[in-house]
Amino acid sequence: MILWFTLVQVSVAAIAGVLCIVLGLAGRRPSDLSVGALALVELLLVAQIVMALIAPAVGNPPTGSLLEYWVYLVSAALLPPAAVFWALLERSRWSTVILGIAALAVAIMVWRMHAIWTIQVA
Amino acid sequence: MSSPARPRMTGIGRVLVIVYAIMALAATGRSFVQIVRSFDEAPLAYTLSALAAGVYILATLALVFAGSPRWYRVAWIAIVFELVGVLLVGTLTFVLPELFAHPTVWSWFGAGYLFIPLVLPFFGLWWLITHRPGTRVAEVESAAVAP
Repeated sequence: MILWFTLVQVSVAAIAGVLCIVLGLAGRRPSDLSVGALALVELLLVAQIVMALIAPAVGNPPTGSLLEYWVYLVSAALLPPAAVFWALLERSRWSTVILGIAALAVAIMVWRMHAIWTIQVA
Repeated sequence: MSSPARPRMTGIGRVLVIVYAIMALAATGRSFVQIVRSFDEAPLAYTLSALAAGVYILATLALVFAGSPRWYRVAWIAIVFELVGVLLVGTLTFVLPELFAHPTVWSWFGAGYLFIPLVLPFFGLWWLITHRPGTRVAEVESAAVAP
């Protein structure tokens, strides 16, 4: 994994998460802004998947467990679409909160993925 | 799902369900990796990890369908099991570190998961107590009858 990209990804997901939770608690329904924030988080995850496929072949192999890394990455990539799907099913303020929780979970998972890729020795 | 269950799963209950779903996903993924890679290191802890994952999945489903009395009871059992699990295994990580001091959802009272496994059962039980099947449906029905 590439450190600066991880930092961008964690920041974007964390900001999107806090933004959506605040919007949701303020009573906003899922909007272009909140759903768009989740779309951006998902876009970065897809980019991460592409990078993870290429990285080991171009001299950036993981020192940790690749299996564990992929379990996290695939799980993380499933969260934003699931949350958005839910938001479209029921357009209430709590759906916006759910978007935020999903984005925060992605932020935590990406951070742990970076730890698995770079420093985990197990 | 029957129609009386519909209005129950709106609002904050859905937030609870999504947190349970994320925990189920996290616990399942992790215990899968641990069992595939290093089951021999701590068979007991990792078996409990897989069991915890299964109970999270069960709790998620039970909360979704908690409108029916049977699933409501299942939700109670699953969530109480979780509460007992996190307290017991959390204590055992300190008492018997050689057996339990391995990263699972419940070790160190769920510290690796921001203590969510410790807090979540209390929210779950609160939600179950305030959303007993029957009472809520009756409210909704009376609200629907009222002009």
